[in-house]
Amino acid sequence: MSIDINATPLLSVQNLGKDYGNLVACTDVSFDLWPGEVLGIVGESGSGKTTLLNCLSAQLAPSRGAVVYDTRIDGPREIFEMTESERRLLMRTDWGLVRQNPRDGLRLGVSAGANVGERLMAVGARHYGDIRAEAANWLQKVEIDVGRIDNVPSTFSGGMQQRLQIARNLVTEPRLVFMDEPTGGLDVSVQARLLDLLRGLVTRLGLSAIVVTHDLAVARLLAHRLMVMRQGRVVEQGLTDQVLDDPQHPYTQLLVSSILQP
Amino acid sequence: MSMSHAQTLEGYNFAYLDEQTKRMIRRAILKAIAVPGYQVPFGSREMPLPYGWGTGGIQVTAGVIGQADTLKVIDQGADDTTNAVSIRHFFARTTGVKTTERTEEATIIQTRHRIPERSLSEGQVLVYQVPIPEPLRWLEPRETETRKMHALAEYGVMHVKLYEDIARFGRIATSYAYPVMVNGRYLMSPSPIPKFDNPKMDNMPALQLFGAGREKRIYAIPPYTKVESLDFEDHPFEVQKWDDCCALCGAQDSYLDEVITDDVGGRMFVCSDTDYCEDRRAQGHFGPLGQAAE
Repeated sequence: MSIDINATPLLSVQNLGKDYGNLVACTDVSFDLWPGEVLGIVGESGSGKTTLLNCLSAQLAPSRGAVVYDTRIDGPREIFEMTESERRLLMRTDWGLVRQNPRDGLRLGVSAGANVGERLMAVGARHYGDIRAEAANWLQKVEIDVGRIDNVPSTFSGGMQQRLQIARNLVTEPRLVFMDEPTGGLDVSVQARLLDLLRGLVTRLGLSAIVVTHDLAVARLLAHRLMVMRQGRVVEQGLTDQVLDDPQHPYTQLLVSSILQP
Repeated sequence: MSMSHAQTLEGYNFAYLDEQTKRMIRRAILKAIAVPGYQVPFGSREMPLPYGWGTGGIQVTAGVIGQADTLKVIDQGADDTTNAVSIRHFFARTTGVKTTERTEEATIIQTRHRIPERSLSEGQVLVYQVPIPEPLRWLEPRETETRKMHALAEYGVMHVKLYEDIARFGRIATSYAYPVMVNGRYLMSPSPIPKFDNPKMDNMPALQLFGAGREKRIYAIPPYTKVESLDFEDHPFEVQKWDDCCALCGAQDSYLDEVITDDVGGRMFVCSDTDYCEDRRAQGHFGPLGQAAE
């Protein structure tokens, strides 16, 4: 992967913070995400990871700070200063959001094909045959048997649901994907396949991604760069291998040393 | 058929509702006409019949009816079914206006689930009874979200339902409450009329008003407004067709109801619009069973 030194960051976060009343959920978060880069956010439960992700993905308005996204047409824009319709258009075309629980991210009452095709229809696709062909194409890419295109997701296994959710998000070729614990609740062999698939897709499509996880193994496999959070603050950030192999902050050291060795 | 004012119920205001309520309803109607297809909230009242029996339509009719009006009420196209008879009787007793079963004579037609076969003309008002005004409801349960989707014209999800129909049945199987786009802006549920009637809504010279009593919404299509039924490029919108003609009047262009006539598989198809059927028979058109029925 070659990185253009003069490029603008895809996402630039400055002093982001979110309070719930007196409770500070996350604060003073600043970073740049570059095109093609995968950023991992790790930390224990309650460290503010998910709040941060929700602010970054415009699902939650932050209390402080700015999130600037490099849009395809207008260049860098503060996402909370956009109109709601612009923001929602961005969310269903240029961004993807893979939720921890696939049932939250899928439409369970309609077939796999309709789930994948939804975003296409949302941006104006009105040719049934084309939508279906595109859906079949994406099911193949995420290793779901095309014969199951007309089955509803509730008949799918957990791993398949998660892969379907990924296909549904990637169908509009987003540039930035947010993932919240993408492998949560899956057994290890399914996790490994999913990670392999994700890694392949990210490399092939040149996606940028922000992955929230408490699983350091997932972070090591997927993320180029890592941010460690504790009590709402970023305590350490750097290249993934650097952070995991040579942790500087005492909390990161604790986190790394807590990994179970089978 | 008309009653004199002496025969209207004593102690009730004209058209049952009090003047302030009618005013509130008229305001909602005016707003609805100004923004075609937009669902205007209104303070729906308790009516002397259960929700689901046409409380919304009755309130709209009560809001627009005047002494000089002639009222027709149909239920599934028929003038003589329970819902139609009781609502017609209700207005006859509370307003004393003239009532009719003839489409062309009526100035206000309150309807449940049909549009009359005879084309309506300028000056007529068609009032629909609507059970569920929100076309997106089965796809998105949150009211806050559906309002936002209307505000931002995010209607892609409606096509998900049509996609699903084709994936399951090979064609768009939705046959009633078929979603329409009004004036190129608002997605609207045409109340549960059969999709056979959808093309009649487009560019109709009459004013169309929709009242949902339980859901407290009024919406409207002004005369001569573009109403398009949603579809796919490779699966265009089409209406139901029948192999038979009406058994009584021989009509091949009307919406037919299937009537089971015995327990050995006997059946016949008849016009659901009773006025249209009678009119045709009066003009000497007869179907296979028409003369026998006379």
